[in-house]
Amino acid sequence: MSQPPDLNIDYVARLARLELTPDERRAYAAQLGGILHYLDVIKQADVSGVEPSAHPLPIHNVWREDRPQPGLTVEQALQNAPRKRDDQFVVPRVID
Amino acid sequence: MDTALIHQPLSALTGLLAERRVSSVEMMAAFIARTKAVEPRLHAFNSFDEPAALAAARASDERRTLGRILGPLDGIPIGIKDAIAVAGAPLTCSSKMLANFVSPYDATVIERLRAGGAIPWGRLNLDEFAMGSSTENSANGVTLNPWDLTRVAGGSSGGSAAAVAASQAPAALGSDTGGSIRQPAAFCGLVGVKPTYGTVSRYGLAAFASSLDQIGPLTRNVDDAALLLGVIAGHDPRDSTSLARPAPDFPVEMVARRGPWKLGVPAEYFREGLDPAVAAAVRKAIDFYSAQGGEIREVSLPVAAEYAIAAYYIIATAECSSNLARYDGIRYGHRTQNATDAIDLYARSRAEGFGDEVKRRILLGTYVLSSGYYDAYYLRAQKLRTLIRQDYLRALDGLDALVTPTTPTPAFRPGEKTADPLSMYLADIFTVGVNLAGLPAVSLPCGFTAAGLPVGLQLIGRHFEEPRLFAVARSYEQAHAWHKMRPTVASSE
Repeated sequence: MSQPPDLNIDYVARLARLELTPDERRAYAAQLGGILHYLDVIKQADVSGVEPSAHPLPIHNVWREDRPQPGLTVEQALQNAPRKRDDQFVVPRVID
Repeated sequence: MDTALIHQPLSALTGLLAERRVSSVEMMAAFIARTKAVEPRLHAFNSFDEPAALAAARASDERRTLGRILGPLDGIPIGIKDAIAVAGAPLTCSSKMLANFVSPYDATVIERLRAGGAIPWGRLNLDEFAMGSSTENSANGVTLNPWDLTRVAGGSSGGSAAAVAASQAPAALGSDTGGSIRQPAAFCGLVGVKPTYGTVSRYGLAAFASSLDQIGPLTRNVDDAALLLGVIAGHDPRDSTSLARPAPDFPVEMVARRGPWKLGVPAEYFREGLDPAVAAAVRKAIDFYSAQGGEIREVSLPVAAEYAIAAYYIIATAECSSNLARYDGIRYGHRTQNATDAIDLYARSRAEGFGDEVKRRILLGTYVLSSGYYDAYYLRAQKLRTLIRQDYLRALDGLDALVTPTTPTPAFRPGEKTADPLSMYLADIFTVGVNLAGLPAVSLPCGFTAAGLPVGLQLIGRHFEEPRLFAVARSYEQAHAWHKMRPTVASSE
């Protein structure tokens, strides 16, 4: 279960917006190393000339009329907000 | 009366209600009493709303008195996995992230149940965000198996399976991304259906891997599965992957199809790692079909057998990392109290809200999608997905269904696989390829191990051929009594 040299767990955690404790960092690096080692089996497969599938069925763009539809009320949209004020979500300052 | 009532399949309950031999309120009260009696030992439910369920039952009784019932399931409770939105009820996905979330709307499947008069019953436990095969990843603790309380009920829809097996609900809805309906159904001795991708709307199902997720029924028998799937299936404009075709009348189409059946047995799936008791039970089921005049053909799934698990865990975790990006602590879900800025708020809210397996999958999915690795992992897995789909369709050519075990082993013990996440992933060998290919599959009971644990038989069909699968499953079920066995789950009765 060695860590592959190119798995930079801190970089991946930063991309995923996930803060890790030092213990988690060590554990995930080792576990993901083991899992990636297994996943590398796919490198043996011959996929030359094969189209990728993002989806199991041949459904492509699905369109609908651009008409207003009933949606959530302001109260419903805010009912699960961790912090709210004046019918708005409260967020940390993002512009100094 | 009550004891007999709770063990009945849907088809029997509809008759009892129609003949006015029992009221919906009496029926609901019986399931509530049963739930309270066995729940402390099982933990199938995250929560349930007794007054709401009884109020819905009273409304059903009033409709029946007026001769205005809405459908065959009017007045019957259906258990609901706690990843499917029910307006006004908690939707926790068994995650601390959504510990206090209350759904502002109904999922389409819940709208359809209600439109038919059925009663959404309880919030059933699952692996956090449906990621796992044992419910051990639930923030609320594991669901135990009604057949053996020292074993897991399976996952991720373990609460749905345990609740039906223990007669806390006559049927339930689960969701299946890589086996999450079929595996717990197999572990708990039930029928579980993963419909063709796009058959059932995903609107209101908390997304795990959108190109793989399907909602489906867990029931006591095949007739019930056909009936319940018929209620929840059909086009929904709010899910753009929902098929733009009317759902068939599953019960009618099912009985219109008759054997003997032509069945394929994938050679690769009967090799190493298969529990001998599981292999024996499945072989015996295959012999039954053969003795009925069926044609049994050995087939091969070379790409799926070799690569399906790897391709699945790349695609599923990639989609998971993308879908779960929405949990940022801003509009809903857990928000940390200790953030210095916006990025810090995201990273800490997610660190505090998500459990171990969800974090592992988000990290893996982020890695396989990241610059420099996308082509080697994600794109390559998508190409394999094309080949895996072709693999199944080639094997199914000229056949009614493929027959495999649902799982390589019967239900395992809590803690047996948690130390090594990869060992848990590898146990999904028989189920994940079906999701990659978008095919329908059914798990049905086909026997027990010497220790009394249920064994599941998986039937896999071509796209849109649920009625044929149900017919194949039903011909086995009608000649066997496994589905009528009940666990002796300890209760205070």
